Amino acid sequence: MSSVLYDAPGPVARRRELWGSIAGSVLILVGMFFAVRYAAGRGVFQLDRWDVLWDPPKNQSAATVWRSLIVQGLGATLRAAALAAPLALGLGLLLALWRRVPNVWLRAPAIAVVEVARGLPVLLVMLFGWLGFNMQPFAAVVFGLTLYNMAIFAEILRAGLAALPRGQAEASLAIGMTRWQTLVLVELPQAVRTMTPSLIAQLVVLLKDSSLGFIIGYVELLRVIQRNTQFFGAQYTVALFVVGAAVYLAINISLSQLAVRVQRRGSRRTAGKIDQNDAAAELPSGAVVLDPSGGPDLGRGRI
Amino acid sequence: MDLFFDNAPTLWSGFRVTLQLTAVSGLLALALGLALAALRVAPLRPLRAVSMLYVELMRNTPLTLVFFGMVLVAPQFGIIPPLGFWTAVLCLTLYTSAFVSEALRSGINSVGVGQAEAARAIGLTFGQSLRLVILPQAVRTVIPPLINVIIALAKNTSVAAGFAVVELVATGRRLGQAIPGEAVTILGGIALLYLVFTIPAGLLATRLEKKVAFAR
Repeated sequence: MSSVLYDAPGPVARRRELWGSIAGSVLILVGMFFAVRYAAGRGVFQLDRWDVLWDPPKNQSAATVWRSLIVQGLGATLRAAALAAPLALGLGLLLALWRRVPNVWLRAPAIAVVEVARGLPVLLVMLFGWLGFNMQPFAAVVFGLTLYNMAIFAEILRAGLAALPRGQAEASLAIGMTRWQTLVLVELPQAVRTMTPSLIAQLVVLLKDSSLGFIIGYVELLRVIQRNTQFFGAQYTVALFVVGAAVYLAINISLSQLAVRVQRRGSRRTAGKIDQNDAAAELPSGAVVLDPSGGPDLGRGRI
Repeated sequence: MDLFFDNAPTLWSGFRVTLQLTAVSGLLALALGLALAALRVAPLRPLRAVSMLYVELMRNTPLTLVFFGMVLVAPQFGIIPPLGFWTAVLCLTLYTSAFVSEALRSGINSVGVGQAEAARAIGLTFGQSLRLVILPQAVRTVIPPLINVIIALAKNTSVAAGFAVVELVATGRRLGQAIPGEAVTILGGIALLYLVFTIPAGLLATRLEKKVAFAR
């Protein structure tokens, strides 16, 4: 972008940019320095506010703390996501195919389900499960995650199918494949391959949303962190929060990077070149689409 | 039906809080997101880096974690945010601005290089090419994703229900727990209140997007 609006900088402009960059860095570093000094002044960096991570008080061992954080907390988060993701993918595929039924009236229910599931807050769907249908918190979390993400997966797959060149289906029908064979052997493999980056990026959203379980009483990572701070004392809040944030960031950034890498490798084995932009044009709101330039474009994405 | 008439004032106040949260944090997030996007295309590298770092961090953090940090962790630093509405506005703004910035950036990037080159080649100045050529095209591409960001924001205000803000979902939870037999009906009513906003807005975004795609 920066090179689109103005000419390539000459020596003078480049020198000016260099000085500007140095001034900017210094300004940022000074700001960070003051922030850190302020935090240190509040005693945030004192060892006795972090030792819960290696030498916790109250006769507990560090292993217990870490087990509660990783096995119990993160384990519960991942369990909910690991159950919801395949369910959502399966149901999403079903909905995407249902939406291809030629008869308008037959496909209307699929459209309605997708629109409603997409238009509701995930937390509200979880409450439906929890209060409305008397589910356990775990089941309610999986219910909410599944219902929402199935709609998004359906849209992603539908966009992938719609973006395929028409000749693919025509050719398979012409060589005598049935419609079913055309779908399973020719269209779906290509659509899934094109949309894999978007599907992976959507997993980040799913994982993030699993933290909503915190609000309806599902004991996941955040809840475990909160319980630990209640047990060991509020002075450890910062240390435990940093661990929780680091865990989420590590997993989500790796997944995002994976999506970008898959995207870059491109869809070499699909017919023609499917421009992600074409697929994106078919994608209505709510789905995550990746930039052709490589960076994930979550601008459209649900947040 | 009586159920809804009896609880109309409660529902209405919840709905109003949801609307206020959406409107206030939406406006603030648009402003902050615009600033972030401007930094992102700035010629100075450290500014670009700061904006990119912020956006990446926010995009990979659950909103619940942002709320958690603001409500439970910030006091440890001696920052005591006012509980309730304004904390929620702050969290939603910080979170949503990252997505606004991404939407804006990809919109600006989507204007073909040739457009700017042609504008410069026929002798338009920087200001003219920006005003007459780049921005009119960028705005058109940016609006549908921005609508989607606002829809997501409207749904995300529900996270505030977990942190002492009584908006629609919190209202639903209260009523649902108070009248367990009617929980499905109450939550269904609340769902409708969300859908009257999210579905039309989503359809609008899709339509605008198709129009823009066609104009290209």
